[in-house]
Amino acid sequence: MDKPPFSDLVAQHGPAVYRVCRALLGAVDAEDAWAETFLSALRAYPDLPVDANTEAWLVRIAQRKAIDIGRARTRRPVPISSIPDRPSSYQTSVRAEREEVWTAIAALPPRQRQAVAYHHLGGRPYAEVAELIGGTADAARRAAADGIATLRKRLIPEPGKETP
Amino acid sequence: MIENDRALAELAVSDATLARLHQRLEQSAEHAGVLDVAVRTIESPLGQLLLAATPRGLIRVAYQREDHDAVLQALASKVSPRILSAPRRLDDAARQLDEYFAGRRRGFALAVDLELAAGFRRTVLSYLTRIPYGRTESYADVARDAWRPAAVRAVGSACATNPLPVVVPCHRVVRSDGSLGGYLGGLDAKRTLLALEGAAAA
Repeated sequence: MDKPPFSDLVAQHGPAVYRVCRALLGAVDAEDAWAETFLSALRAYPDLPVDANTEAWLVRIAQRKAIDIGRARTRRPVPISSIPDRPSSYQTSVRAEREEVWTAIAALPPRQRQAVAYHHLGGRPYAEVAELIGGTADAARRAAADGIATLRKRLIPEPGKETP
Repeated sequence: MIENDRALAELAVSDATLARLHQRLEQSAEHAGVLDVAVRTIESPLGQLLLAATPRGLIRVAYQREDHDAVLQALASKVSPRILSAPRRLDDAARQLDEYFAGRRRGFALAVDLELAAGFRRTVLSYLTRIPYGRTESYADVARDAWRPAAVRAVGSACATNPLPVVVPCHRVVRSDGSLGGYLGGLDAKRTLLALEGAAAA
């Protein structure tokens, strides 16, 4: 088996890695983390074993970059809202909904946010999430489930009530 | 919105965001010296062409019928897997090819990387670049020029495996009887190129 061109990895995993970075860091720092992740990955790619799980590898690099960037930014408040893409009239409601989801994710307690980021946004199984955030796979599963429950409460209006 | 877990995994990342991120990666990879192979595609009268360049120069021009995915995989295996779509490194090649197809250019002033051709095949390619625009030579002529008059078949296979068609003009090599011979881009492509150059082609 031959190693695929790096461009395949960017196409296949670029969006998932961005979602993970975005959930961990907010919109502005997410772009730094994404770019640094893929640059590091490109540099190291020739040495990666050919049978390695490339998405797991990229998410691990992204975690390290997110931690570095988070540390460098500790004096600044965590950006929970985002700077929107260039304003456009199309799909504004879709975009607004999306922003609402990101804001709700940013407001989760760190462990829940990380578990949701790695499992639900990055597609990593709970065993790997546990390696990334510490603890057992079951604990990772619970943290993710708690996170999702909180997001549901925030984002889905209860029947009979107006959306806040 | 969060009716099920899939909704989160499908949180769309806008094309504009992905394009911006990719551009940033291209620039930092080039700057860091880890962009071993830059690729892009261009439209041409012969269909979409894939262009690839190492820091040394243009290393590959590929017709669609060669299967661009297969060509990228071959570049990853033979040159380096550090491949990114990075149009800027290929701006010059793209512009010169556009001018050539528009009939405004008769020769290419491009650095080329012949790493994909070895031995006698590489020698043949360097002889091919001496055939002037609008002229043709036979496989036997080229073999004689390369001081291997008996190597007519080897000249044929060098042309058939030319990694830089159009830029290294293997389309200007035809059979001694004037018929077209073969072409890795298909005979229609060869005919189109020779007609573009105003060469008398059979």
